[in-house]
Amino acid sequence: MARLTWRAATVAEARWETASARTLVLDVPGWPGHLAGQHVDVRLTAPDGYQAQRSYSIASSWREGGRVELTVQRVEDGEVSSYLADVLETSQQVELRGPVGGWFVWRPASTAPVLLVAGGSGVVPLMAMIRARGDVRGRQPFRLIYSVRTPEDVLYADELRRHVRDDPGLDVHFVYTRKAPEGWREPPGRIGVATLNSHGWPPDFAPDVYVCGPTAFVETAADILVALGHDSRKIRTERFGGTA
Amino acid sequence: MSSEVDGNALGGDLAEIFAVDLTGAAVTCGGCKTVSAVAALLVWGPAPGLVARCPECEDVVLRLVRAPGQAWLDLRGAVSVRIPLPAPE
Repeated sequence: MARLTWRAATVAEARWETASARTLVLDVPGWPGHLAGQHVDVRLTAPDGYQAQRSYSIASSWREGGRVELTVQRVEDGEVSSYLADVLETSQQVELRGPVGGWFVWRPASTAPVLLVAGGSGVVPLMAMIRARGDVRGRQPFRLIYSVRTPEDVLYADELRRHVRDDPGLDVHFVYTRKAPEGWREPPGRIGVATLNSHGWPPDFAPDVYVCGPTAFVETAADILVALGHDSRKIRTERFGGTA
Repeated sequence: MSSEVDGNALGGDLAEIFAVDLTGAAVTCGGCKTVSAVAALLVWGPAPGLVARCPECEDVVLRLVRAPGQAWLDLRGAVSVRIPLPAPE
Protein backbone atom coordinates (compact mmCIF):
# COMPACT_ATOMS: atom_id res chain seq x y z
CA MET A 1 0.00 0.00 0.00
CA ALA A 2 1.37 3.38 -1.01
CA ARG A 3 2.06 5.87 1.74
CA LEU A 4 0.26 9.16 1.54
CA THR A 5 2.11 11.88 -0.32
CA TRP A 6 1.51 15.45 -1.38
CA ARG A 7 -0.14 16.15 -4.70
CA ALA A 8 -1.04 19.28 -6.63
CA ALA A 9 -4.65 20.44 -6.57
CA THR A 10 -6.02 23.08 -8.92
CA VAL A 11 -8.87 25.41 -7.99
CA ALA A 12 -11.60 24.73 -10.56
CA GLU A 13 -14.26 26.92 -8.95
CA ALA A 14 -14.80 28.99 -5.83
CA ARG A 15 -18.04 30.17 -4.28
CA TRP A 16 -18.92 32.19 -1.21
CA GLU A 17 -21.11 30.36 1.30
CA THR A 18 -21.36 33.32 3.71
CA ALA A 19 -19.58 36.67 3.97
CA SER A 20 -16.59 34.97 5.58
CA ALA A 21 -16.57 31.39 4.27
CA ARG A 22 -15.68 30.23 0.80
CA THR A 23 -15.86 26.82 -0.82
CA LEU A 24 -12.94 25.81 -3.04
CA VAL A 25 -13.73 23.18 -5.65
CA LEU A 26 -10.48 21.36 -6.37
CA ASP A 27 -9.40 19.23 -9.30
CA VAL A 28 -7.03 16.60 -7.94
CA PRO A 29 -5.71 14.27 -10.65
CA GLY A 30 -5.53 10.67 -9.40
CA TRP A 31 -7.66 11.32 -6.33
CA PRO A 32 -8.58 7.89 -4.91
CA GLY A 33 -11.94 9.00 -3.47
CA HIS A 34 -12.81 9.62 0.16
CA LEU A 35 -15.26 8.86 2.93
CA ALA A 36 -17.56 11.43 4.50
CA GLY A 37 -15.79 12.95 7.49
CA GLN A 38 -12.26 12.55 6.20
CA HIS A 39 -9.99 15.54 5.85
CA VAL A 40 -7.02 16.70 3.86
CA ASP A 41 -3.88 18.55 4.82
CA VAL A 42 -3.25 21.68 2.75
CA ARG A 43 0.29 23.01 2.39
CA LEU A 44 1.21 26.45 1.15
CA THR A 45 4.73 27.43 0.19
CA ALA A 46 5.83 31.07 -0.01
CA PRO A 47 8.36 32.22 -2.62
CA ASP A 48 11.05 32.28 0.11
CA GLY A 49 10.36 28.62 0.95
CA TYR A 50 8.35 29.23 4.13
CA GLN A 51 5.67 26.58 4.45
CA ALA A 52 2.42 26.47 6.40
CA GLN A 53 0.20 23.41 6.73
CA ARG A 54 -3.36 23.01 8.02
CA SER A 55 -6.03 20.30 8.10
CA TYR A 56 -9.38 20.91 6.43
CA SER A 57 -12.42 18.67 6.44
CA ILE A 58 -13.70 17.65 3.05
CA ALA A 59 -17.15 19.13 2.45
CA SER A 60 -18.15 17.09 -0.57
CA SER A 61 -19.21 13.49 -0.80
CA TRP A 62 -17.30 11.42 -3.31
CA ARG A 63 -18.61 10.36 -6.66
CA GLU A 64 -16.48 8.78 -9.38
CA GLY A 65 -14.73 11.45 -11.41
CA GLY A 66 -15.74 14.08 -8.89
CA ARG A 67 -13.91 16.90 -7.25
CA VAL A 68 -12.81 17.67 -3.74
CA GLU A 69 -14.53 20.58 -2.04
CA LEU A 70 -13.19 22.40 1.00
CA THR A 71 -15.10 25.13 2.81
CA VAL A 72 -12.77 27.58 4.48
CA GLN A 73 -13.96 29.88 7.23
CA ARG A 74 -11.78 32.99 7.37
CA VAL A 75 -10.19 33.52 10.78
CA GLU A 76 -8.79 36.92 11.73
CA ASP A 77 -4.98 36.75 11.56
CA GLY A 78 -5.23 33.24 10.11
CA GLU A 79 -2.31 33.05 7.70
CA VAL A 80 -3.66 30.02 5.82
CA SER A 81 -7.42 30.52 6.10
CA SER A 82 -7.32 34.12 4.92
CA TYR A 83 -5.21 33.14 1.92
CA LEU A 84 -7.54 30.29 0.98
CA ALA A 85 -10.69 32.33 1.60
CA ASP A 86 -9.65 35.63 0.04
CA VAL A 87 -6.59 35.38 -2.16
CA LEU A 88 -6.45 32.06 -3.97
CA GLU A 89 -8.00 32.27 -7.45
CA THR A 90 -9.41 29.85 -9.98
CA SER A 91 -6.71 27.86 -11.84
CA GLN A 92 -4.15 28.42 -9.07
CA GLN A 93 -2.70 25.46 -7.19
CA VAL A 94 -2.15 24.29 -3.63
CA GLU A 95 -0.57 21.12 -2.31
CA LEU A 96 -2.90 18.53 -0.85
CA ARG A 97 -2.32 15.37 1.17
CA GLY A 98 -5.18 12.98 1.73
CA PRO A 99 -7.68 11.62 2.24
CA VAL A 100 -6.82 11.35 5.91
CA GLY A 101 -8.58 9.68 8.84
CA GLY A 102 -10.60 6.53 9.42
CA TRP A 103 -12.17 7.33 12.78
CA PHE A 104 -14.31 10.43 12.33
CA VAL A 105 -16.02 8.97 9.26
CA TRP A 106 -19.49 7.82 8.32
CA ARG A 107 -19.95 4.91 5.93
CA PRO A 108 -23.16 4.62 3.89
CA ALA A 109 -23.31 0.87 4.72
CA SER A 110 -23.83 1.69 8.40
CA THR A 111 -27.45 1.27 9.50
CA ALA A 112 -27.39 2.94 12.95
CA PRO A 113 -29.26 6.20 13.55
CA VAL A 114 -26.93 9.18 13.41
CA LEU A 115 -26.78 12.35 15.46
CA LEU A 116 -24.65 15.15 14.05
CA VAL A 117 -23.77 18.08 16.30
CA ALA A 118 -22.07 21.05 14.67
CA GLY A 119 -20.58 24.19 16.14
CA GLY A 120 -20.01 26.88 13.49
CA SER A 121 -17.87 25.67 10.60
CA GLY A 122 -17.71 22.30 12.34
CA VAL A 123 -20.69 21.57 10.12
CA VAL A 124 -18.38 20.94 7.15
CA PRO A 125 -17.54 17.23 7.65
CA LEU A 126 -21.11 16.61 8.85
CA MET A 127 -22.40 18.12 5.61
CA ALA A 128 -20.26 15.60 3.74
CA MET A 129 -22.13 12.88 5.67
CA ILE A 130 -25.54 14.35 4.79
CA ARG A 131 -24.45 14.59 1.16
CA ALA A 132 -23.14 11.00 1.14
CA ARG A 133 -26.43 9.75 2.60
CA GLY A 134 -28.36 11.72 0.00
CA ASP A 135 -26.24 10.26 -2.82
CA VAL A 136 -27.23 6.70 -1.96
CA ARG A 137 -30.80 7.57 -0.93
CA GLY A 138 -29.92 6.34 2.56
CA ARG A 139 -32.68 5.53 5.02
CA GLN A 140 -30.68 5.82 8.24
CA PRO A 141 -32.40 8.21 10.66
CA PHE A 142 -30.24 11.35 10.56
CA ARG A 143 -30.42 14.44 12.75
CA LEU A 144 -28.26 17.53 12.62
CA ILE A 145 -28.14 19.99 15.49
CA TYR A 146 -26.33 23.05 14.15
CA SER A 147 -25.17 25.77 16.51
CA VAL A 148 -24.37 29.00 14.72
CA ARG A 149 -24.01 32.68 15.68
CA THR A 150 -26.65 34.21 13.42
CA PRO A 151 -28.83 33.11 10.49
CA GLU A 152 -26.35 34.85 8.15
CA ASP A 153 -23.57 32.53 9.34
CA VAL A 154 -25.34 29.32 8.34
CA LEU A 155 -23.28 27.38 5.81
CA TYR A 156 -25.12 25.52 3.02
CA ALA A 157 -28.47 26.98 4.15
CA ASP A 158 -30.31 26.42 0.84
CA GLU A 159 -28.86 23.00 0.30
CA LEU A 160 -29.75 21.91 3.84
CA ARG A 161 -33.34 22.96 3.18
CA ARG A 162 -33.35 20.89 -0.02
CA HIS A 163 -31.96 17.84 1.76
CA VAL A 164 -34.58 18.11 4.51
CA ARG A 165 -37.28 18.32 1.82
CA ASP A 166 -35.95 15.54 -0.41
CA ASP A 167 -34.15 13.10 1.90
CA PRO A 168 -36.62 11.13 4.04
CA GLY A 169 -35.54 10.67 7.63
CA LEU A 170 -33.31 13.73 7.86
CA ASP A 171 -34.05 16.69 10.08
CA VAL A 172 -32.12 19.76 11.10
CA HIS A 173 -32.41 21.88 14.23
CA PHE A 174 -30.65 25.24 14.51
CA VAL A 175 -29.32 26.75 17.72
CA TYR A 176 -28.54 30.47 17.37
CA THR A 177 -26.00 31.77 19.83
CA ARG A 178 -26.05 35.54 19.12
CA LYS A 179 -29.06 36.43 16.99
CA ALA A 180 -32.07 34.33 16.07
CA PRO A 181 -34.45 34.94 13.15
CA GLU A 182 -37.64 36.94 13.79
CA GLY A 183 -40.16 34.93 15.75
CA TRP A 184 -37.74 32.10 16.59
CA ARG A 185 -39.06 30.01 19.47
CA GLU A 186 -36.09 30.27 21.79
CA PRO A 187 -33.81 33.19 22.71
CA PRO A 188 -30.22 33.10 21.42
CA GLY A 189 -27.93 31.03 23.62
CA ARG A 190 -25.39 28.29 23.72
CA ILE A 191 -26.19 24.65 23.19
CA GLY A 192 -27.40 23.01 26.40
CA VAL A 193 -28.91 19.93 27.96
CA ALA A 194 -32.47 20.77 26.89
CA THR A 195 -31.56 21.11 23.22
CA LEU A 196 -29.55 17.89 23.01
CA ASN A 197 -32.22 16.07 25.01
CA SER A 198 -35.16 17.33 22.93
CA HIS A 199 -33.59 17.32 19.48
CA GLY A 200 -31.03 14.52 19.69
CA TRP A 201 -31.89 10.83 19.60
CA PRO A 202 -32.63 9.13 22.92
CA PRO A 203 -29.64 7.11 24.22
CA ASP A 204 -31.79 3.94 23.87
CA PHE A 205 -31.56 4.31 20.08
CA ALA A 206 -27.77 3.91 20.43
CA PRO A 207 -27.04 6.45 17.69
CA ASP A 208 -23.61 7.01 16.26
CA VAL A 209 -22.79 10.57 17.30
CA TYR A 210 -20.44 12.94 15.51
CA VAL A 211 -19.56 16.24 17.17
CA CYS A 212 -17.43 18.82 15.38
CA GLY A 213 -16.60 22.39 16.29
CA PRO A 214 -14.26 24.50 18.39
CA THR A 215 -12.75 22.78 21.44
CA ALA A 216 -15.05 24.33 24.06
CA PHE A 217 -18.15 23.49 22.01
CA VAL A 218 -17.05 19.90 21.45
CA GLU A 219 -16.28 19.36 25.13
CA THR A 220 -19.58 20.85 26.27
CA ALA A 221 -21.65 18.85 23.80
CA ALA A 222 -19.82 15.58 24.47
CA ASP A 223 -20.12 16.00 28.25
CA ILE A 224 -23.86 16.64 27.97
CA LEU A 225 -24.37 13.62 25.71
CA VAL A 226 -22.54 11.34 28.15
CA ALA A 227 -24.55 12.78 31.05
CA LEU A 228 -27.76 12.07 29.10
CA GLY A 229 -26.71 8.43 28.91
CA HIS A 230 -25.03 8.10 25.52
CA ASP A 231 -22.22 5.57 25.34
CA SER A 232 -18.98 7.57 25.14
CA ARG A 233 -17.59 4.96 22.73
CA LYS A 234 -20.26 5.94 20.21
CA ILE A 235 -19.43 9.64 20.41
CA ARG A 236 -16.81 10.70 17.90
CA THR A 237 -15.40 14.18 18.16
CA GLU A 238 -13.36 16.50 16.03
CA ARG A 239 -12.01 19.78 17.31
CA PHE A 240 -11.52 21.57 14.09
CA GLY A 241 -8.07 22.30 12.93
CA GLY A 242 -7.04 24.38 10.03
CA THR A 243 -8.78 27.42 11.36
CA ALA A 244 -5.81 29.75 11.43
CA MET B 1 -5.25 25.18 28.78
CA SER B 2 -6.97 24.02 25.65
CA SER B 3 -5.65 22.89 22.33
CA GLU B 4 -6.87 24.06 18.97
CA VAL B 5 -7.03 20.63 17.36
CA ASP B 6 -7.09 16.95 18.19
CA GLY B 7 -5.56 13.71 16.98
CA ASN B 8 -7.61 13.78 13.78
CA ALA B 9 -5.07 16.37 12.63
CA LEU B 10 -2.20 13.89 13.20
CA GLY B 11 -3.68 11.56 10.59
CA GLY B 12 -1.84 12.98 7.60
CA ASP B 13 1.62 12.91 9.16
CA LEU B 14 1.03 9.42 10.55
CA ALA B 15 -0.27 8.22 7.18
CA GLU B 16 3.09 9.10 5.65
CA ILE B 17 4.67 6.65 8.09
CA PHE B 18 2.13 3.86 8.65
CA ALA B 19 0.29 1.72 6.15
CA VAL B 20 -2.98 1.79 8.12
CA ASP B 21 -4.95 4.69 9.50
CA LEU B 22 -3.88 5.43 13.05
CA THR B 23 -6.55 7.94 14.08
CA GLY B 24 -8.82 5.05 15.08
CA ALA B 25 -6.11 3.26 17.06
CA ALA B 26 -6.68 2.95 20.81
CA VAL B 27 -3.83 4.40 22.82
CA THR B 28 -3.43 3.77 26.55
CA CYS B 29 -2.06 6.75 28.47
CA GLY B 30 1.07 5.95 30.46
CA GLY B 31 -0.01 8.41 33.15
CA CYS B 32 -3.64 7.60 33.98
CA LYS B 33 -4.12 4.46 31.84
CA THR B 34 -7.17 5.96 30.11
CA VAL B 35 -7.76 4.42 26.68
CA SER B 36 -8.53 6.97 23.93
CA ALA B 37 -8.67 6.98 20.18
CA VAL B 38 -5.63 8.70 18.73
CA ALA B 39 -8.15 11.07 17.09
CA ALA B 40 -9.34 12.15 20.54
CA LEU B 41 -5.91 13.16 21.85
CA LEU B 42 -5.40 16.89 22.35
CA VAL B 43 -2.82 18.16 19.94
CA TRP B 44 -0.56 21.18 20.23
CA GLY B 45 1.39 22.38 17.23
CA PRO B 46 2.28 23.84 15.00
CA ALA B 47 3.77 21.31 12.59
CA PRO B 48 6.52 20.14 12.17
CA GLY B 49 6.57 19.51 15.94
CA LEU B 50 3.34 18.06 17.32
CA VAL B 51 2.61 17.08 20.91
CA ALA B 52 -0.45 14.93 21.69
CA ARG B 53 -1.80 14.75 25.23
CA CYS B 54 -4.27 12.51 27.01
CA PRO B 55 -7.76 14.11 26.99
CA GLU B 56 -8.22 12.89 30.57
CA CYS B 57 -5.03 13.82 32.46
CA GLU B 58 -3.17 15.90 29.81
CA ASP B 59 0.02 13.86 30.13
CA VAL B 60 2.04 13.77 26.94
CA VAL B 61 1.22 10.53 25.10
CA LEU B 62 2.84 11.05 21.72
CA ARG B 63 5.28 13.41 20.07
CA LEU B 64 5.82 13.62 16.36
CA VAL B 65 8.54 15.75 14.79
CA ARG B 66 9.09 15.95 11.07
CA ALA B 67 12.47 16.90 9.69
CA PRO B 68 13.68 16.76 6.10
CA GLY B 69 13.88 13.09 5.17
CA GLN B 70 12.87 11.76 8.58
CA ALA B 71 10.18 11.59 11.21
CA TRP B 72 10.68 11.23 14.97
CA LEU B 73 7.88 9.45 16.78
CA ASP B 74 8.13 9.43 20.58
CA LEU B 75 5.57 7.10 22.18
CA ARG B 76 7.06 6.82 25.64
CA GLY B 77 3.90 8.33 27.16
CA ALA B 78 1.81 5.43 25.90
CA VAL B 79 1.51 2.02 27.51
CA SER B 80 0.27 0.51 24.27
CA VAL B 81 -1.31 1.33 20.94
CA ARG B 82 -3.98 -1.06 19.68
CA ILE B 83 -4.24 -0.70 15.93
CA PRO B 84 -7.33 -1.96 14.09
CA LEU B 85 -6.40 -3.90 10.97
CA PRO B 86 -8.60 -4.68 8.00
CA ALA B 87 -10.31 -8.06 8.45
CA PRO B 88 -8.68 -10.87 6.43
CA GLU B 89 -10.47 -11.72 3.19
